[in-house]
Amino acid sequence: MPQVAADIQRLKKIAQELRVDVIRILTEAGSGHPGGSLSAVEIITALFFHKMRHRPDDPFWSDRDRFILSKGHCTAIYYATLAKAGYIPQEELFTFRKLGSRLQGHPYPGPPDRRVPGIEAATGSLGQGLSIAIGMALAGRLARKAHRVYPLLGDGECQAGQVWEAAMLAPKYRLDNLCAIVDQNRIQNDDFVERTLSLEPFRAKWEAFGWHVIQVNGHEISEVVQALEDVEGVKGKPSVIIAGTVKGKGVSFMENNPEWHGKAPTREEAERAVQEILAAPL
Amino acid sequence: MGGKATRVAFGEALLKVAAKNDRVVVINADLGKSTNTVKFVEKYPDRSFNVGVAEANMIGIGAGLALEGWIPFICTFAIFVAGRFETIRVSVAYNHANVKIVGTHAGIGIGEDGYSQMGLEDIALMRSLPNMSVIQPGDAIETERAVEYIVEHEGPVFLRLTRQKVEDVNPPDYRFEFGKGVIVDAARGEGRDLTIMATGGTVHNAREAARELRSQGLDVRAVNIHTLKPIDEELVLDSVQRSGRILTVEDHGLHGGLGGAVCEVVAERGEGVVRRIAVRDFGESGDPVALYKKFGLSIDNIVAEAKKLLKTK
Ligand SMILES: Cc1ncc(C[n+]2csc(CCOP(=O)(O)OP(=O)(O)O)c2C)c(N)n1
Ligand SMILES: [Mg+2]
Repeated sequence: MPQVAADIQRLKKIAQELRVDVIRILTEAGSGHPGGSLSAVEIITALFFHKMRHRPDDPFWSDRDRFILSKGHCTAIYYATLAKAGYIPQEELFTFRKLGSRLQGHPYPGPPDRRVPGIEAATGSLGQGLSIAIGMALAGRLARKAHRVYPLLGDGECQAGQVWEAAMLAPKYRLDNLCAIVDQNRIQNDDFVERTLSLEPFRAKWEAFGWHVIQVNGHEISEVVQALEDVEGVKGKPSVIIAGTVKGKGVSFMENNPEWHGKAPTREEAERAVQEILAAPL
Repeated sequence: MGGKATRVAFGEALLKVAAKNDRVVVINADLGKSTNTVKFVEKYPDRSFNVGVAEANMIGIGAGLALEGWIPFICTFAIFVAGRFETIRVSVAYNHANVKIVGTHAGIGIGEDGYSQMGLEDIALMRSLPNMSVIQPGDAIETERAVEYIVEHEGPVFLRLTRQKVEDVNPPDYRFEFGKGVIVDAARGEGRDLTIMATGGTVHNAREAARELRSQGLDVRAVNIHTLKPIDEELVLDSVQRSGRILTVEDHGLHGGLGGAVCEVVAERGEGVVRRIAVRDFGESGDPVALYKKFGLSIDNIVAEAKKLLKTK
């Protein structure tokens, strides 16, 4: 196998394992958000296990690329990823959402003397992550650093006005060290995005605001990887990768169903889900 | 926990008032399932609007509708609406727009979702606006009566509701009186030793704590402050006159909530000591009962704090 293909195969395997982790930790927690975690698996896998320059054993390394989970409710996939990458112990995942845990329902970086490795910013109130990312990208430029900033947004989240204030601003400062990713799974909390408040023409909106836009199938790791490579060549403007995804991807009864935005599976449902995930061909 | 979540009681009450008053309209921001407005939306699609995840826009649209004579209920989590404070300040308050701001998911009682979703500063923020009334019912029946009242009330109102179930604290024939605190127990004490004042999801625990203290021979009464603004100044003054002490209990941050409001009245017009039980620091994720224990809102801790207060002279 050529090296690129081998690497994609490795990433697919990681993605599959992360899906299982998402189901297990949500089941253990008894609450949380499976849909938007499962839709983001390949995006986050490509970032943490391929693209991002980071050092889990030196988590505050100043040259690290920054990841911001702007759609902060999707902590299940985030923490599963941090554990697999080595930022936090695997066992700690089972403290998720429990009293005293560092793994809060929505990301919390902790107080200055007890920072949680791998968590760059508190989120959970939708619409704020892109602005924080712009601040970090500006900071990187001020410090003459080469690291990149990757905020991950939901599509429902893109209804928030602050997202578009930020979208308007990033091109002004020609932030080519900023690459936003939108998990376009077409579902939000109550319903489908299209039936709630359409974002279309979505791609054209970002383009009109001055962004370089790449659209990919967000479950094709090779496409996500390629897009992340390509945006590095874009100079003088920020990039956004619009990743077409399926909410609840990998678990048939969760797929494309708004019901599974914000509830944990029962133990029985979890077993079925895990079997399905493991049975799927890589 | 038995009882009913006040957000659920709100959804039911909304249907009843909407049947009688066709100026009632509802605006959602992608949290209709959580705020229990789904049935309203089904029944009155023409009087329902969903703006998406866009709370500031929701506030402004509510103001516009209100300025044209409609009675909009704008519904989301308490912190997501109170968080857009300055939009409320000008578009709603300064306009004297008759907007009913419904904030569910009050306090640490929401549990596992953690601080970012918890309304912990919302009372303080809303109380600071000159013409904003602030109401937090303590059980289902009070919620229903409060909603009936709010529809008739002229002017902006913030209605704060729980995600979690709360036990009944009021009798079935309960009558809601805006701005009046309620002494909650039928077998109530006179409060010669202490008055415990609580609001919303903590009224039940305050009542149980008062019962426990009475069983230990102390004359303690529990008061439900459902209207945080305007607060029942006479009842606060009466309470502090009886014992020189008030203990406040609330599922809200330490600053500017019920405890703050009571302190303001006592400092300006009364004489006595106020001790506040409230959420200190950021909240966190966890089981709601465990959180109530950790942050001091449990019956046991209310009893313990009451005893400490009773030792002060
Ligand atoms: C400001 C704000 N308003 C409302 C919410 C409640 N909320 C949590 S998730 C969600 C829907 C998000 O949908 P989307 O961004 O599409 O996320 P995904 O589909 O990836 O889960 C809402 C409304 C919130 N967290 N923040
Ligand atoms: Mg979505």
